[in-house]
Amino acid sequence: MPIGDMLLRSVDDSQINTVFPNTFEEYKKWDKEKDELPPEEVYKALFQELAYGDKIQVGRALTRMNYSKSGWKSLIKKTSREIKKVVKKEEFPDSYKEFLIETNEKWADPTYWYAMGQMVNNQTSIYYWNAIDRTFDQELNVVQQDEDRRVYVQTWLKTLKVSIYVTVFCLILGFPVAHLLANLPLRYSNLLMIFVLLPFWTSLLVRTTAWIVMLQQKGVINGVLVWLGILSDDGRIAMVYNETGTLIAMTQILLPFMILPLYSVMRVIPKSHMRAAQNLGAKPAMAFWRVYLPQTIPGMSAGGLLVFVLAIGYFITPELVGGKDGKLIGSWIAYHLKTTLNWGLTAALGAILLGFMLIFYWLYNKIVGIDNIKLG
Amino acid sequence: MALPTYATPIQRTYYYAYLFFCAVVFFFLIAPLIAIVPISFSVSPFMVFTEGMLAWPPEPEAWSLRWYRNMIGDCSAEVVSSTVPCSTKWMKGTVNSFYIGIIATFIATVLGTMAALGLSRPHMPYKALIMSILISPMIVPLIITAAGMFFFYARINLVYTFTGVILAHVALATPFVVITVTATLVGFDMNMVKAAQSLGAKPMRTFFKVIMPLILPGIISGALFAFITSFDEVVIVMFMASIDQLTIPKQMWAGIRQEISPVILCMATCLVILSIVLLTTVELLRRRAERLRGIKAR
Repeated sequence: MPIGDMLLRSVDDSQINTVFPNTFEEYKKWDKEKDELPPEEVYKALFQELAYGDKIQVGRALTRMNYSKSGWKSLIKKTSREIKKVVKKEEFPDSYKEFLIETNEKWADPTYWYAMGQMVNNQTSIYYWNAIDRTFDQELNVVQQDEDRRVYVQTWLKTLKVSIYVTVFCLILGFPVAHLLANLPLRYSNLLMIFVLLPFWTSLLVRTTAWIVMLQQKGVINGVLVWLGILSDDGRIAMVYNETGTLIAMTQILLPFMILPLYSVMRVIPKSHMRAAQNLGAKPAMAFWRVYLPQTIPGMSAGGLLVFVLAIGYFITPELVGGKDGKLIGSWIAYHLKTTLNWGLTAALGAILLGFMLIFYWLYNKIVGIDNIKLG
Repeated sequence: MALPTYATPIQRTYYYAYLFFCAVVFFFLIAPLIAIVPISFSVSPFMVFTEGMLAWPPEPEAWSLRWYRNMIGDCSAEVVSSTVPCSTKWMKGTVNSFYIGIIATFIATVLGTMAALGLSRPHMPYKALIMSILISPMIVPLIITAAGMFFFYARINLVYTFTGVILAHVALATPFVVITVTATLVGFDMNMVKAAQSLGAKPMRTFFKVIMPLILPGIISGALFAFITSFDEVVIVMFMASIDQLTIPKQMWAGIRQEISPVILCMATCLVILSIVLLTTVELLRRRAERLRGIKAR
């Protein structure tokens, strides 16, 4: 239900329509081929709706208008003030068009009017286009954002890259460990399992903090390296507040999610298979590659998808450890939700991410089945 | 798993390399958690090992409990430093975290157990669909769930309330209960329900007298999972909670973002201890359940 609401929000553009219904009605009648500026009726409707509209509602609408073209907000605010004066004195102008252009010459600038065209419908796809660095031009064609406003495509790619890296690292680190745990006698493996389960149970923020302590300039790892004489005192490596830090911390945090499914799959692979293969003349490496590895594929895909899906939506760790260039898409979602209050864009970013997720979820279900999730 | 006696030297090398690699990974997993514990007892207001702490013989002056005293709201002069102001936020956060966590756990456990009981019936229609929907909060990234819930709760005026936060946590925690209880029900003999009913027990009585005692380990470990989920949760709290609903994770987040203070490490140490306690409980319960099912340790 909340997710459905979010999807609605991502295309919803009705708020502004409740504020300027007549203006938009008249606007639709404007023939852009014939007249350079909209007809008198549009100006009149706008005048009236600004003069008698609810202040809070207009304010919200203004925020929305600013997304389509910056400058709307100040323009309308200035104009409103003039309109209020006129209404107070009850000296209504003969031509609203001339009056508005007189108060602010921007009303004679057609680009503003073109930008309004984006908003006249109740639904919009602008947020989705914004989420991949596209915007509308005057004729409502989709074009690239200006160079300095392009951030999202880059962030999407980075999110994807980090997730893939983390998944691969987790697989490389997790596979031998899961193998060891699955093949040791239960007494020892239960003991060693604590090493995997303890981080799994510990608060995410605790682990993130711990990594900051470990990786910072004066942190534990740098300290040890300097002490060992590998690094000089001023040659300390910057490992935190960049992408390296994000990768290291996320790998450790997500590693249990890789080890646990792998472990539960490896546990039930009979040891006799490897021996049989070797009896039949396969070298150990060959036996491993042809007999053991194929049997672990369900575990690998389960763990891999789990880690990948978790990594792609990760937010806390990259935000804290990642610094400026470690920001992933989750950070932008949070930023727009909390700071800029551009909820349409938030919802669109979320919806795209959710789309990705559903594809992987579906894949996961195909490969391992959703009921097979195990927790330790 | 030991090497056979006939292993070649190359095999031996590989084997020891493999063991070494595993040891490194275990170290990688656990080291950060261990490292923060001593630092939390440091005198220094920076989160580092000071020279005094590493000195031999040990220097008692380098160690102190001042940050712990700061954490519990003690504001005397030797506790506060110029960079670490004294505040009652940590204690307030602890109270809120437990309050939200316990209520959310209770609701999630009740709902999750009922869902699991229903889902484990053999003739339940749309089983797979319901299961996927129930588990979805676990798979959908938190940030999406949080954004969606924020929008939805904003419409019904539940943002910035305890009710809102608790309900959101219930939604997140319920899948864990469903999964653990379903797993316990796999080994449950449904004939016992029939027996109880044929002896005249009403459904409620059957549940409390027959089913519940048997699946209790599953319910408890589910509840613990639910609790830790709610207790750790920060994304939803960040969006949906005002300063009144400050929880430990939110305060930690603020602490890391703004003042990097050693008090965070004290709280982190406490949380590590809490997770050790919870982990031990869950492990003991799991072993008990396995014993009951007759699986012996190999």
